[in-house]
Amino acid sequence: MSGITRRRFLCATVIGGAITTLGSMCGKGGKAWASGSFEGYPEGMGVLVDLTRCIGCRTCEAACNKEQNLAPPDRSFTDQSVFDTDRRTDEDHYTVVNRYATGEGPVYRKIQCNHCNEPACLTSCFVNAYTKTKEGAVVYNDKVCVGCRTCMVACPFNIPAYSYSSATNPLIKKCIFCHETRLKNGRPPACVEACPQEVLTFGHRKDLIKLGHERIRNSPGKYIDQIYGEKEVGGTGWMYLSAVPFDQVGFDTTLGNEPIISNVKDFLSTVPMVLAIWPALFSGFHLLATKGKDHGGEGDDEGHKRSEKEEPRP
Amino acid sequence: MRAFVKMGQLVDSHYRKDGKKRWTLLEKLFLGLTPQQYIMQALLNPVNWVLAVIFAVGLPMIAGRFYFGLNWVTHSSNDYPWGLFLGFGLFGMVPLSSSGFQLGTACEVFGRHDLEPIERVGLLNGLLGYFFAVVYLLVDLGQPWRLPYPMAVAFGPAAVLFLVAWHVATYLSVQVAEVSTSFFEWIGWPVGKQGVRKITLGLTVAGIILSTLHQGALGALFTYAPGKVHPLWYSSSFQWLHFFVSSLPGGLCMVIAVSTIARTTMEWRCDERFRSTLDKLTITLAKGATMGLATYLTIKLIGIAHDNEWSYLATGWGAWFLLEMGVGVILPLALFSWAIPRNNPAIVRLGAFITVFGIVLNRLNTAMICFNWKLPHREIPHWRELIICITVFAIYVVVYRFILYRLPILYAWKEEPVGETVAEPVKGVPVPAYGEPLSPLPSYRELGEEPIQVSSYVITELGSDESGRRGL
Repeated sequence: MSGITRRRFLCATVIGGAITTLGSMCGKGGKAWASGSFEGYPEGMGVLVDLTRCIGCRTCEAACNKEQNLAPPDRSFTDQSVFDTDRRTDEDHYTVVNRYATGEGPVYRKIQCNHCNEPACLTSCFVNAYTKTKEGAVVYNDKVCVGCRTCMVACPFNIPAYSYSSATNPLIKKCIFCHETRLKNGRPPACVEACPQEVLTFGHRKDLIKLGHERIRNSPGKYIDQIYGEKEVGGTGWMYLSAVPFDQVGFDTTLGNEPIISNVKDFLSTVPMVLAIWPALFSGFHLLATKGKDHGGEGDDEGHKRSEKEEPRP
Repeated sequence: MRAFVKMGQLVDSHYRKDGKKRWTLLEKLFLGLTPQQYIMQALLNPVNWVLAVIFAVGLPMIAGRFYFGLNWVTHSSNDYPWGLFLGFGLFGMVPLSSSGFQLGTACEVFGRHDLEPIERVGLLNGLLGYFFAVVYLLVDLGQPWRLPYPMAVAFGPAAVLFLVAWHVATYLSVQVAEVSTSFFEWIGWPVGKQGVRKITLGLTVAGIILSTLHQGALGALFTYAPGKVHPLWYSSSFQWLHFFVSSLPGGLCMVIAVSTIARTTMEWRCDERFRSTLDKLTITLAKGATMGLATYLTIKLIGIAHDNEWSYLATGWGAWFLLEMGVGVILPLALFSWAIPRNNPAIVRLGAFITVFGIVLNRLNTAMICFNWKLPHREIPHWRELIICITVFAIYVVVYRFILYRLPILYAWKEEPVGETVAEPVKGVPVPAYGEPLSPLPSYRELGEEPIQVSSYVITELGSDESGRRGL
């Protein structure tokens, strides 16, 4: 009887072990990503957006539409009535400008992918469709995307959109920093080039941080003493300067400075432990729970038979 | 159905009641009825007419979803990427399916063989729940034909969903293996059954691991959205434990709910052992569910205290949270605590149905209702989305019923002694009388004077069945 128990235990161990190996493979991968904090590639590019300069002309929207070959807009890019509603990015608009009424008059804010140093979309993607390129862009591989839309849930800025209208090839649509057509050749994205007000400054991220702080220092009282995106969710490639508190112009100021993946690390680190400990723990429970039945001459399987006899079936 | 069962013979072994002629596969599929009888009973069942209406409306809509795209059936929200298909179908169905690993663990790991009459219901409930969660997922995914990609084409091992995908895929295989013993009994392939039984403990332990991790992982998915899920439903440290622990009473109560429905609507299929032990087992399962609910309530409170979220309780969101906890957790907890010592299975069953509702409500709240709580608008699902949800659920009910009608889940398969000679019943053991297929055999104690022959019968039975016990 005990032989059977031992064999079963062995089976459990072997199967558990196989799963552990499989799991630790996943676990290791997860740990490698989750450990430490990635602060961006040293040569990563970014854009500094100075909200005090934006006049809401929407030229950047038009330039993006042309550069990315997006569908023609319902309302022309000179139409100011779009400011009556709060808009977000969607499959035909990788960037939008919103207007916010503040104590210091209307403030316009351009929205697009912020190209995080440690992007939530990238870390949440189970087919690794996202890549943070050395130039600083967060790009997307549409050949492997399954369409689970976790990246849309994960993005703290609500940027990725989905082309729900396609039945056969729906994809994530978002700003890619004009990576293919411009950034990797060292050129600024189309919106930056088109902006007539020099709202957008393109450059190395680390230089832009210096520039931003310089502007704050050189014009005392003009700016809020913060570059939004310098530290938020681990730092972003696109950063903002503002004259009014950021939460008054649609920014989420409650995100904290930790990358999104930090929230998930607690769980990710338990995974290899569960995989490693559970097989022995529960096989042990099995041995403990069935041990008592060995006493009195009735083994484990004898116990089974006894219950059979109590409720015999033909 | 009951009337037709009386007309025909109930298939509960390989042989007809005369003990000679084997059932053919087709006869087994028709439940021992003639095709005409089978169709008649199907047409006379009003449930089938309701199902027919649901399918008539819903199946074309599912086809339309794949032909016209997701924007035909949903509001195509970029702010609420997960709608009812995942909010209800995936996040709601999976916790109700934790019964498979729990009953497997109780019976196989902890040796609680008194739970065996309901073990298979638990295992099947687990398998079907997971399977249909995947069906909902396939409806929801933008490109469902790429579902195997995380297994073969592109790997994102840092992603929680990567773990979910692997664990659900592995666990589905484990559950298929666990439930396959019933299928092998029914189809008459003892070799397969023995093969699976040899690795039962391994499968069960694998089931515990995979369940712990991905019940938790479904919760951990929301830790990617710390600013979007309302703080009362969110806990960076404990989200996975909240999901895992609440799935425990969820799964147990789902088994109580399903067994209640099964005993009411298909009593003919339940054998005496199932019918006579069900009330007792319902109470036993409810004891487990009570501990689960109490623990869940505690860790929810710890979650609020840990992140100091008490002030949110005074808001409208807080009222909704308290309603969810009050109706979904505290009310069933009170019902169970009252009914279990009083041995009142009816109230326990009521509590179980409420728990199932409460767990599903919690998942809907986390995934949809309290998601994006900072945004001004709430997503109301498209009506087609709702109809597709109902249709997939109806398919789930049909498949569930199809299997319960046939495989030995609610009844024990009567293993025949192999060969013509032993097919003759041993003297002293009465053959079940024609028309009374479900009457149990008296125990050897009742037979008294000839116990040796009875035990020889038992041994013959065991000959084809190593340990001779039902279940895995």
